[in-house]
Amino acid sequence: MLHQPVTKASVERLDTGPVNAARVRGPLYEKRRKIFPKRAEGRFRRFKWLVMLVTLGIYYLTPWIRWDRGAHAPDQAVLVDLASRRFYFFFIEIWPQEFFFVAGLLVMAGFGLFLVTSAVGRAWCGYACPQTVWVDLFLVVERFIEGDRNARMRLDAGPWGLDKIRKRVTKHAIWLAIGAATGGAWVFYFADAPSLLASLVTLDAPPVAYSTIGILTATTYVFGGLMREQVCTYMCPWPRIQAAMLDENSLVVTYNEWRGEPRSRHAKKAAAAAEVVGDCVDCNACVAVCPMGIDIRDGQQLECITCALCIDACDGVMDKLGRERGLISYATLSDYAANTSLATSGGTAPINPTRVRDADGAFSDKVRHLNWRIIFRPRVLIYFGVWALVGLGLLIGLLARDRLELNVLHDRNPQFVVESDGSVRNGYMVKLLNMIPEQRTISLTIEGMPAATMRVAGQATGDGRSFAIGVEPDKVTPLKVFVTLPKASFAEAEEGFSIIAEDPSSDERDVYQANFNLPGAAR
Amino acid sequence: MADKHIDEISGVETTGHEWDGIRELNNPMPRWWVYSFYATVIWAVGYAIAYPSWPMLTEATKGVLGYSSRAEVSVELAAAKAAQAGNLDQIASSSVEEIIADRQLQQFAVSAGASIFKVNCAQCHGSGAAGGQGFPNLNDDEWLWGGKPEEIYQTIAHGVRHAGDGETRVSEMPPFSDMLTPEQMQQTAAYVVSLTQAPSQPHLVEQGKQVFADNCASCHGTDAKGNREMGAPNLADAIWLKGEGEQAVIAQMKTPKHGVMPAWLPRLGDEAVKQLAVFVHSLGGGE
Repeated sequence: MLHQPVTKASVERLDTGPVNAARVRGPLYEKRRKIFPKRAEGRFRRFKWLVMLVTLGIYYLTPWIRWDRGAHAPDQAVLVDLASRRFYFFFIEIWPQEFFFVAGLLVMAGFGLFLVTSAVGRAWCGYACPQTVWVDLFLVVERFIEGDRNARMRLDAGPWGLDKIRKRVTKHAIWLAIGAATGGAWVFYFADAPSLLASLVTLDAPPVAYSTIGILTATTYVFGGLMREQVCTYMCPWPRIQAAMLDENSLVVTYNEWRGEPRSRHAKKAAAAAEVVGDCVDCNACVAVCPMGIDIRDGQQLECITCALCIDACDGVMDKLGRERGLISYATLSDYAANTSLATSGGTAPINPTRVRDADGAFSDKVRHLNWRIIFRPRVLIYFGVWALVGLGLLIGLLARDRLELNVLHDRNPQFVVESDGSVRNGYMVKLLNMIPEQRTISLTIEGMPAATMRVAGQATGDGRSFAIGVEPDKVTPLKVFVTLPKASFAEAEEGFSIIAEDPSSDERDVYQANFNLPGAAR
Repeated sequence: MADKHIDEISGVETTGHEWDGIRELNNPMPRWWVYSFYATVIWAVGYAIAYPSWPMLTEATKGVLGYSSRAEVSVELAAAKAAQAGNLDQIASSSVEEIIADRQLQQFAVSAGASIFKVNCAQCHGSGAAGGQGFPNLNDDEWLWGGKPEEIYQTIAHGVRHAGDGETRVSEMPPFSDMLTPEQMQQTAAYVVSLTQAPSQPHLVEQGKQVFADNCASCHGTDAKGNREMGAPNLADAIWLKGEGEQAVIAQMKTPKHGVMPAWLPRLGDEAVKQLAVFVHSLGGGE
């Protein structure tokens, strides 16, 4: 016989069926059937633990990182300061008009998602999505208190008693505590974390902090604890979008039908009867561990978040049976189609796994395996190129951006004022933006219209063409500026003039091209 | 209701309603939906009791919480007033000059003054304070009664030719149609215009200068530069309050027009007038 005989009968068979399979779907509206995912063990499970540790660590700890910015700015590394409209991110300080940097990051996130999805499929859904991470976390709690799959099912079906009440209350209390910690971590991004924590404890934090924590506690608890897979299946738009971004060369979690079918619960007997059977022993381990309640052996499904726990489960069974791993694996649809074609003689016959095996039981060299070069196909490279280009643009923009800016608003009412000596005066609202947390002296100069003079109300006395203006750190300094043109020089007004703000010490400079208005008759 | 009827295709019970052989399936709403609905009903009843809601003949029910949007507005107004109190107290105890010297107080007064101006002054002086014929432009550097902060305050507080205010600014130009001949008025106008632009009849200027010295210099000054003590306008500058050109000058000599500005102190109070003075002073012509 081709197959190794089943040496150990230690494979646990699970009497389970997929909750979300298309063939078991009932009427349009049906009460949700609970899913009790079994704990998986293996390399993907370990990877998920790692991702959970890193992402939760980043989320909970970031607000507590300090960053010294001197006396004039907060010393929290990541801070969204809504009150003074600043966004601090380590050494970067963003003013409201520079918010396009954040928009740029969102564009990068979008292209990053295209990139990752076209390369390795729905990795976001399976590993990094907050819903996945928190559901995983909540499941850890559930398992710790109520036990693994069978114990949980027994408890759920069993009558209410002291033990059940105790377990349920403990579980929900811990879930709520996790939810509160999640909401609590969120508000720390918007205020100085240590002082906010102190005021939260002493109950004199702003109401918005408490309501934010309340809302996020509720959503975390409801989404992560109660709704779980329903969020992905019914509420989230990403599965639809991501499914559309996959192609035949993207990695998807695949049941390799061409070697698994026909599945048999009694491989030994079948082998004895000289029947051809595949590697799948129908143990349902893949179904039992699935947090989405599907049977991956039904093929590609909307619900599948490609978390690969079924791969871990199946690999464990294959190890016990002494067969090669990878009955369920990450594979591209093109590889899968090629291998299926091989196993079905080009689709003319039912699957026969003997067609993919050589006489020694090993896979024939006609079987296609994952070729990593496929990851770097043009589509992925283009996504990567665009992603990198946006990132590079943002980086250059960030390094080259001005920390001194000049905004000028020409007075509209009145547009000009005739002075007693016949000269004409125009008023301008000049705003000097000193975007660094340091005191500076900015020189404000007019260029052009050589006969014109400037006056800065309240700052400097007398008329001139250049003034040194002291500006406060990280603030906008508004100035009322009057520019006067003598009657004899009205012709100069045709040219207009420039208002220039300059920091002599850093050579930063911003120029505003200004118009000068005259009474209609003078033009 | 008729006997229980089960729809064959869907296996769902029908409500027993039938129209032309079409039966209505009895698919109840999801429970959470129904409970949300009940919750809104309970909420509505509580709301109707707690807040003003039921319209009666003359007014609505008061609600047990005693809420009223008018009371809420007055609370908000009181809070806004309280927030400004510090600045207003300082303004009340400072002179206009002191307010201008304090940068923070000056900015507060300018923005407050700007809104007071738009409500009370824009009708005559224009929303940009640029005035018009007969209504002085407050942006320029020509001041009939002086452009120093205290002088501006005085003008606003007591008005110009405002009957009933003892300290009001008063000036009056006599009508010259009886005292001067039409020729003399022509000559005077030619002289006055010649001070800033080319007159239409240059040969009249010399005689006009003499007529001016005899009749007008007592108020407008020998050099025609006006006199702020008396509110006599400067005729030697480029600003023409009552219109530009010889005809306008003659018209003003024949039947002088005198603008009137009300005294604002009794209406607006000291703080508002001070803020107005600071605002007007900040327009660019303040001295």
